[in-house]
Amino acid sequence: MGKRVGIEVSLAVAEAVKLCDVDVVSAYPITPQTHIVEELSHYVANGDLDAAFIPVESEHSAMSAAVGSSATGARTYTATSSQGLALMHEILFIAPSLRLPIVMTIANRSLSGPISIWNDHSDIMAERDTGWVQIFCENGQESFDLTVCAFRIAEDKRVLLPVGVNMDGFILTHMIEPIEFMDKAEVKAFLPDYKPQLTLNPKKPVSMGPVGVPEVYMEAKKQYEQALWDSKAVVKEVLAAWGKHTGRKYQLVETNGKKKAKTVFVTMGSLGETAMTAVDNLVAAKQDVGQVRLRLWRPFPKEEMKKALKDAAKVVVIDRALSPGGVCGPLATEIKSLFYGAKDAPKIVNIVAGLGGRDVSVKDFEEMYAKAKSGKIKDDYVIWGVESNA
Amino acid sequence: MLRDVDLSGYRKITGKNVPRESMVASGHRACQGCVEVLAMGMVTRAVGNDCIICNATGCMEIITSPYPQTAWKTPWIHVAFENAGAVASGIEAALQSLTRKGKRKGPLPTVLAFAGDGATADIGLQSLSGALERGHKLIYVCLDNEAYMNTGVQRSSSTPFGASTTTSPAGKKSIGQSTRKKNLPAICAAHDIPYVATCSPAFHLDLMNKVRKAMAVDGPAYLHIYSVCPTGWGAKPEIGISLSKLAVETNVFPLYEIIGGRYNITKKVTKPKPVLDYLKVQRRFRHLTESDVAKIQQQVDDSFAYLNTMAATFPAPKEKGGAKDEE
Repeated sequence: MGKRVGIEVSLAVAEAVKLCDVDVVSAYPITPQTHIVEELSHYVANGDLDAAFIPVESEHSAMSAAVGSSATGARTYTATSSQGLALMHEILFIAPSLRLPIVMTIANRSLSGPISIWNDHSDIMAERDTGWVQIFCENGQESFDLTVCAFRIAEDKRVLLPVGVNMDGFILTHMIEPIEFMDKAEVKAFLPDYKPQLTLNPKKPVSMGPVGVPEVYMEAKKQYEQALWDSKAVVKEVLAAWGKHTGRKYQLVETNGKKKAKTVFVTMGSLGETAMTAVDNLVAAKQDVGQVRLRLWRPFPKEEMKKALKDAAKVVVIDRALSPGGVCGPLATEIKSLFYGAKDAPKIVNIVAGLGGRDVSVKDFEEMYAKAKSGKIKDDYVIWGVESNA
Repeated sequence: MLRDVDLSGYRKITGKNVPRESMVASGHRACQGCVEVLAMGMVTRAVGNDCIICNATGCMEIITSPYPQTAWKTPWIHVAFENAGAVASGIEAALQSLTRKGKRKGPLPTVLAFAGDGATADIGLQSLSGALERGHKLIYVCLDNEAYMNTGVQRSSSTPFGASTTTSPAGKKSIGQSTRKKNLPAICAAHDIPYVATCSPAFHLDLMNKVRKAMAVDGPAYLHIYSVCPTGWGAKPEIGISLSKLAVETNVFPLYEIIGGRYNITKKVTKPKPVLDYLKVQRRFRHLTESDVAKIQQQVDDSFAYLNTMAATFPAPKEKGGAKDEE
């Protein structure tokens, strides 16, 4: 084990990006992502990182420049949040269709309106279907680790897709946490040099981004969706390699609490850690409760999730995003469809919590457990703390 | 803002050494008489094959790249409509970084962005402004056919006063386009970039040499190319080049360059023809009355007087000739 250093998580992420020796950073400031790109621009200014830092005039251009840079064969990084991610929306679809291994940190933040700089997952949920590999971090160490892993996943010849690393805005980005770093040589041993397959090179001309006429459009979509599904095995492989390299082991889906518990929480992101404490308390109080934490949101690890929930009678899915007018929250929709038609399907309760930076405490989780267990939650979903119908 | 511009790397093209190879292969799907694709070909002749082209969504992108076909002999990328400036910025930054880090060798290829007037003057103005302001070494080429032609002739901010388009139709209560053409070259020059020029495919040597100067300067260059669209303008397809010439001879589209803020009118018109000669061969202007034409004549005269004043006040230094190309 290396030495642990107390550091703001944003700075740890910037350090990870530096250690990965990126060639181009293209970024526009938005709270709460700013500390990451500020630190990177300092690295470039001081000569600690040999990269081009493009201080673009918008997030739309941040992603567009990242596409141009990655297509030229440069290891490319950007970071954004909320409205910025929404402004990138159009180009987010194009990066995977051009098979460009861009890595982006998303400091998850709610979307306007009303305007709010605080955390929830509504930004990334609006980009769910863009074709990116989407990973969620629960704490600072994971944010550092998974940023390095993201480059290896994205650049793997079998993947060649952009990877979004989600970390909760403020709750993670602005927290000082003990983080175990690696040195450049250790990262280099883990992350091979990027060897792009096709680039914009006058010696070997290619046309990128041609018109997809109806005769080929669906085949093109199918191809990159297949690549996204295939990336799951590579994500697993890379996480396993990281575990071997550092001793820090990660799974696509993690479990804690009582084994074969009847009631199981499903969480994503930093809420998972709070829920963990609640689950520990409940188990200590002889309650039959467990927890499943989802790390890989896209591609969705169907088999792993099913396996993790196979003994549950009741699943309490915590969504940190609202799907207005929908059947339930985005994560619960996924879990429900996973069990559709299954004979032994658990009862699925959906709680939407922590929107716009609203605190969700250990006590909240304990209350959620009590309410879910009692069968009082009858609706498809409830908005925790403001429910008028529960 | 004035700045000295080093043009010592400029390689001049004359009638004797016109580069023969266009990087746009024949067999593309442009309309009959399209001058835009002709202009684009001229630009690539001057640039040669050591370039990377970034194309905004629009006619030129559509007609050259219906998968599995491509008309491009050089590396080419299309990403979206409004971001050619940003994509080209990313390409240039990547080339600089990879070269500095020893991951690629040799001189930097020319980074070229092609975009229509809608992609430049309207939806892509911010992206262009960012690219120019940041000082990337790239050439941004606006192929101006004065409306959204690819989607069916809708007005843009580059559509001239009085032109009838599908979203600025002439009618009982409408003259057609009621606003004057946005002055993109002036907007670009205001970014304090080393080189801005207007070009016309009717004056191919002038056009290609402006491309060569754009290649020579250290920093961003902006070329605004007049691109007749017979389909959208209601002009006979065979008159594209003569119409291009007429636009210059009437001072509707004067040819000039702005080198570090200093002006040079590259095609001096001693006796400008009446603007009516230009208007009457295009269906988009056929609804105009005599007084409308007089108004347009006045606008053209005013705009040209402004340009003349700028050229007299801030004259560009005399061209030193430039080394001739070895071709």
